[in-house]
Amino acid sequence: MEGSGHIVLSILAGILQIVMLPLMAPLVTGIIRKIKALLQNREGASVLQPYRDIGKLFRKDEVINPDASWVFRFTPYLLFSTTVVAGISVPLITTIRIFGFTGDFLTLVYTLALGVFFLALAGMDTGSSFGGFGSSREMTVAALSEGGIVFSILTLAIAARTTNLSSIAAAVELLPLPSLIPVILAFSGFLIAMLAETGRFPFDNPATHLELTMIHEAMILEYSGRKLALIEWASSIRLVLFISLGVNLFFPWGLASSVTFPLLAVSTVLYLFKVLLFCFLIAGIETGMAKLRFFRLPDLLFTSFILSAIAIGLMV
Amino acid sequence: MPALGTIDFWVFIIPAWFIAGAVVSLLLTRYDHAANLAGGLFAITGAAAGILFAVSILMSGTIASISMPTSFPWLSVSFRVDSLSAFFVLIISLLVLLCSVYALPYVKHYYGKYNIGLLGFMYNIFIAGMIMVVTADNGIFFLIVWEIMSLASYFLVIFERDNPEHIRAGSVYFIMTHTGTAFILLAFLLLYRTTGSFDFAVIKNSASAIPPLVKNTVFLLALVGFGTKAGIIPFHTWLPSAHPSAPSHVSALMSGVMIKTGVFMLMRLFLDIMAPSPGWWGLVIVALGAVSALLGVLYALSEHDIKKLLAYHSIENIGIIFLGLGSALFFLSIGDEAVAALCLVAALYHTFNHAVFKGLLFLGAGTVISETHTRSLEEYGGLIKYMPQTAFLFLTGSLAISAMPPLNGFISEWLTFQALFSGIQLRSAFVRGVFTLAAGSLALTGGLAAACFVKVFGTTFLARPRSHAVSHASEPKLSMRAAMAVLALLTVLLGLFAGPVVSILSKVAAELGGFAGRALAPPADVWSLGLRDGFANISMPVVFALLTGGTAVVFFAVRAVFQKGRTVTCRTWDCGADLSPRMEITATGFSRSIIMIFKGILKPTQQTDTEYNDASMRYFPKTSVVTLKNANIYETYFYRPLVNTITRISGYFKKIQSGSINAYVLYIFLTLIGLLVVYVMRGM
Repeated sequence: MEGSGHIVLSILAGILQIVMLPLMAPLVTGIIRKIKALLQNREGASVLQPYRDIGKLFRKDEVINPDASWVFRFTPYLLFSTTVVAGISVPLITTIRIFGFTGDFLTLVYTLALGVFFLALAGMDTGSSFGGFGSSREMTVAALSEGGIVFSILTLAIAARTTNLSSIAAAVELLPLPSLIPVILAFSGFLIAMLAETGRFPFDNPATHLELTMIHEAMILEYSGRKLALIEWASSIRLVLFISLGVNLFFPWGLASSVTFPLLAVSTVLYLFKVLLFCFLIAGIETGMAKLRFFRLPDLLFTSFILSAIAIGLMV
Repeated sequence: MPALGTIDFWVFIIPAWFIAGAVVSLLLTRYDHAANLAGGLFAITGAAAGILFAVSILMSGTIASISMPTSFPWLSVSFRVDSLSAFFVLIISLLVLLCSVYALPYVKHYYGKYNIGLLGFMYNIFIAGMIMVVTADNGIFFLIVWEIMSLASYFLVIFERDNPEHIRAGSVYFIMTHTGTAFILLAFLLLYRTTGSFDFAVIKNSASAIPPLVKNTVFLLALVGFGTKAGIIPFHTWLPSAHPSAPSHVSALMSGVMIKTGVFMLMRLFLDIMAPSPGWWGLVIVALGAVSALLGVLYALSEHDIKKLLAYHSIENIGIIFLGLGSALFFLSIGDEAVAALCLVAALYHTFNHAVFKGLLFLGAGTVISETHTRSLEEYGGLIKYMPQTAFLFLTGSLAISAMPPLNGFISEWLTFQALFSGIQLRSAFVRGVFTLAAGSLALTGGLAAACFVKVFGTTFLARPRSHAVSHASEPKLSMRAAMAVLALLTVLLGLFAGPVVSILSKVAAELGGFAGRALAPPADVWSLGLRDGFANISMPVVFALLTGGTAVVFFAVRAVFQKGRTVTCRTWDCGADLSPRMEITATGFSRSIIMIFKGILKPTQQTDTEYNDASMRYFPKTSVVTLKNANIYETYFYRPLVNTITRISGYFKKIQSGSINAYVLYIFLTLIGLLVVYVMRGM
């Protein structure tokens, strides 16, 4: 009788692992926008507004440039699926590996890179001036931020003696207090690189269509209708994916270590609370900080890389 | 001569077959088409036999060898094919087979312009040279076939001899490769002095008796000599100009496999013949690899000649192979055979993968060039509509070289990362620092390579044509597409079947002298690949299934949930003007921001030449030309001072050459007396 309950819970946890990030992603985006609005003394739209936006876009007609090739039409589907597939590897509410063969952090980083590769190509595909420059800027930032992401997670991987994300979370939970100094260093490196990867301040302004500064928005300027919906949705999944990595790898306390109902319930609540805290952090950064000039960004990204390299040095 | 049909017989007959093909092709030189056909068919059949031969050696684990003494005591025509040699024979034969299939129609555009018989001759000799280089078992014989390979490739580089640029590239290549050979010769002579033989087997048996100083000197000499052929920075200067000058199918072979013969010999010497080695050898190679990988990709980014760009990427990928090779040497020196085997597997795997995707990319570039008659990325654009299949195949190659999952480049880069990670986990702070920097360089290289191939594919195939060169383009002949398609399929298969490939490569590693059979194969099957007691594991079939299946699910789900909406085709609004190709981003513009970020390393120069309507007033410019370049720091800070020093020293020697016969007779007389004195003194 205990066995069957366990199986039901495992299947439930498996389904949750796949659909949780896509379902909660627009909400997280909405919450960040709401916090920002409140911090700026505005009323702000409802936290559910991103769901309505995506739903509306899915039902709209599309306009496609005649110069665009199949790369342009195919990219939104690939981008969405790479983001969801990458999300499967992220430990959300438990440190148990729900699916075998997933969870390697390099695979996660490179799977996300595959989506960006195609998005950058799609940006060039329509032959407009904005798209090309957006692609160029995006690939520049992506190339430099990859090192920061890899190295910050590597710090934890070395402490945990495994590159599997779930096992890293389990191991970091048990680390003695002195080892937390490199973890904090690595987290600051991760935070910088993650803001770059998700196109937030001070790297990119997700709310602007100003031609001189936009990066991500410039690439997707030509998209409309359901393809735009997929891309917008994928971007918000990408954001919540990196937030989850941040809270569950560097601060894994409270993750369920076995599949039982009370543990899962507690860890779900804790996880959502941690994500909410992270939303405050991002909204705070975006309210208190100006976007940096493009050629100042590399300094910041190299800082992220060096912070993580120092953390690796401290982690014996 | 071994009996017909035995495996030893094939060791000898395969290179002989290529040489026969060369001769036949030369005899038919008056008939362009027949010469092309003969050269191609000999190469294709020889390569097919080479693949079968290499696979049978790899599968059975036997060693094929044959040795024929000559009238010189130190030279014997001897071949020996173990798993490592067979692995390289396999890569060479595979790429030769596909490049030759591609070449049959491709060479047609040289008919009547150049000597096709000569091309077939040099091409087959070049292949025979490469096969013999990786199978030779005697130092002097090796140098002979090494020279044959180098000379044949030199003639292929200058094959389109009407272009003075090609002649210049050929001369630089000629000088560099022979300087490299001189270093190799010195290394072999040093080994001969201490071991008394040029036979690799004898040297290997008495390797433990070689004093450390000699060993270290041989290491440095061989590193420079073979590093020059491999194109490692700073000995790479010949590569970016020589590879693009050759016909495209030859460029594919030069970049895909010829430079790997340098890597092969480094593996053979350091991991097999001269093993064990001190730890610093490995660290030096790791450091060289890290520098080459990063600088290679940065130079590629600033290039907009498509073939030069690909040549720079060869430097990058040789760097990545060096990272694995150096780690293998280092871990062997500290006695950790299991990790060393993993590192060597990473290097071998990347060697194979690079041959496949670089071959594919060079053949794709060759197709684009022969359709548009230009090598400049700035004049392409929109080719995906004129040649959709070539575009798709080129995209596959671009994804593979950018290490995108689930293709083959990803898995070998993943393995190289794991090799470097194990170095970061070591105790010594210095070693950890070296490996940390190397891993950082690899991470940065991966991202920059992706940026570079977005640039290449985007400016070549996407958006609107940038010049009239594009408007006549169409798909190439079926066999050209077929050769590329097979290579593209291989990038998928080599990614998908990572487990079995790693098992085979571990066996190759275990046979080397340094491992002495102690190399442990990582637990790998078709489904998964686990490394270092669960430190990392990956399942390429699952990655493949998730990515392809996921995309299909998303596509059909969106279609099923939302009815097909209306799609309007409409031009992008551009403030009322006509959309022109000048509004698209250029290759130069695309990579400009990265170049400016790395300007400390790349030293970009900008030169503006303006011509004014009125030269005295200088207000209204008529034309303005901006030239963007990178300063050649290797020439300024390395080669130029070196040449100046040599010239200066030669100047001193010039003084004794007065030109007068009397003085020369005096020199001879003095030398004679000197020798007599020495002789008499020794007698006493």
